[in-house]
Amino acid sequence: MGPSKKELPRLVEALPAFPPSVCRILKLTSDINCPPREIVRVLDQDPPLARQLLRLINSPHCGLAEPVQSIRQAVVIVGINTIKNLALTVAPIEMLGRDSDRTPFLEGQLSHAFAVGLIARQLARRLGLPERETSDFFIAGLLHDYGKIVLHRLFPTRHNKALALAIKKQLPLHKAERELFKLDHLGVGALLAEKWGLSPHCARAMGGHHLPDDPDSDSPLPDCVHAANIIAKTVGLGVSGNPRTKTALPESVARRLGGTLTELTGSLGEIPAEMHKVQLFLNAWNATPADSA
Amino acid sequence: MKIKFWGVRGSIATPGPTTLRHGGNTTCIEVRTDANALIILDAGTGMHPLALSLFPELPITAHLFITHTHWDHIQGLPFFIPNFIPGNSLKIFGAFDPIAQRDIREVLTGQLQYCYFPVREAELKARIEYHTLRERQTVQVADATVTNLLMNHPVLNYGYRIDCNGKSVVFTGDHEHLTNIYEPEDPEYAEYAEYIEQRNQAIVAFMRGVDVLIADTSYLVSDYPAKKGWGHGTFDGNIALARQAGVKRLYFTHHEPTRADDALERVCQEALARHPFEAGDPECLLTREGLTVEI
Repeated sequence: MGPSKKELPRLVEALPAFPPSVCRILKLTSDINCPPREIVRVLDQDPPLARQLLRLINSPHCGLAEPVQSIRQAVVIVGINTIKNLALTVAPIEMLGRDSDRTPFLEGQLSHAFAVGLIARQLARRLGLPERETSDFFIAGLLHDYGKIVLHRLFPTRHNKALALAIKKQLPLHKAERELFKLDHLGVGALLAEKWGLSPHCARAMGGHHLPDDPDSDSPLPDCVHAANIIAKTVGLGVSGNPRTKTALPESVARRLGGTLTELTGSLGEIPAEMHKVQLFLNAWNATPADSA
Repeated sequence: MKIKFWGVRGSIATPGPTTLRHGGNTTCIEVRTDANALIILDAGTGMHPLALSLFPELPITAHLFITHTHWDHIQGLPFFIPNFIPGNSLKIFGAFDPIAQRDIREVLTGQLQYCYFPVREAELKARIEYHTLRERQTVQVADATVTNLLMNHPVLNYGYRIDCNGKSVVFTGDHEHLTNIYEPEDPEYAEYAEYIEQRNQAIVAFMRGVDVLIADTSYLVSDYPAKKGWGHGTFDGNIALARQAGVKRLYFTHHEPTRADDALERVCQEALARHPFEAGDPECLLTREGLTVEI
């Protein structure tokens, strides 16, 4: 069953804890002189992430003569640079929950979230923001639909009905969710942002990415996530679960971002290649037994 | 076995009047087994003059072992002329790239994309095979065996050992001596030191008693603090390693591109003076383009 208003506190209680590793890894690796031990410490404090990294390093593809048992041992064998660069891709995947209860919807969500994160960061770069600030755009894009993932995990039957209803009636998914839950993924996203103490801009990206048109906002972050969401759907990167795709950006958003939907879509650069890499990681992950770490 | 150096410069090709004696081409080493099978270690820009020298022998079968796929170790590959002539055969061996999740074929064919090079892989006339190697996998090449060990560089880098009728050579590819990432007061220091010790033992065993060790010697001890983590070795570190492994002859290679011949010879002499020769020590020499060594 879905949450009623009375059930909201229980829902909030059941929400996942914020996985901070990805933010810390992005910040640390933006400094080329970052001490290796700091990266290893982040991994030490996140055993599931460390396990996934070891799983990839110990995969048959990698071909190590002896399996490595710990991140520290892995750093000695394959080097800190390999560990750091693997973590940059693996940490965001882990953040979105690469667990055993994945469904085709969650797989599609993961790709969609990644695409929106990468595109939002690209839009920030296009605006000329300093590189150190662009990781926030990546994170906000990654998290923008987290409410959907939570609803799907906690109430899989009902959320599948919402997905089917959206397709049947050609409704935006958040409207279909409201018919069945009295709450949509935007509302859950807002609860999450509050529980995790995220910045107001990130909260707006999670709780209001369908209505970002806030001329008073002093950050382009909500605009970038809003536009990235539409671009990802337009070019078919991942599956959002939403049957309807906007064909244009709100005029004010296009003005603030300096381009129409077509123009911004044409400036994606390396993103399709990045997405291909994410898919290769997921394939490698799926092909590697869980106990190989 | 015969070894010939076609490229000994590190990082970037460095032609010009100050590098005439040691040469400006990047890493490429030809090894001939006793049965005259052709093994090539790395495909830096030195691979082009090597290719020209092979014309009298065509058609050829070459076995190319790539230590790692940084530019200075692969840039000569598209210019390996036998690839354009039917009847030749090139067997390429190298490591998987876990960051890009690509095998050696996918990594190297990326180099032949149209925006980088006008001839696509499908248009090459030679027979080309790719073999992604596991660590310590042994490959038989005629009367020689080639095995590998992961060294320490900011990408997976295999050092290769070739054994042929009782003679042996090891090429490190690019390799930085392992150092502890922790401070002595850190609780993790001892555990990390133990992992380093185990790895150093594996590296020493890999090159134990070889006739020739060819080692990445980009830096001076005085350069090193500013270049720590870049994945390259020092004169002093390699002398110590060769002594420990009982190597008979040590060749310093991957010369720092900004170091002119005069300076290179001077810093080598200074390093040797810091480590006076003792009985059983390896003979220590600088590589230069065109140098041929028979063992």
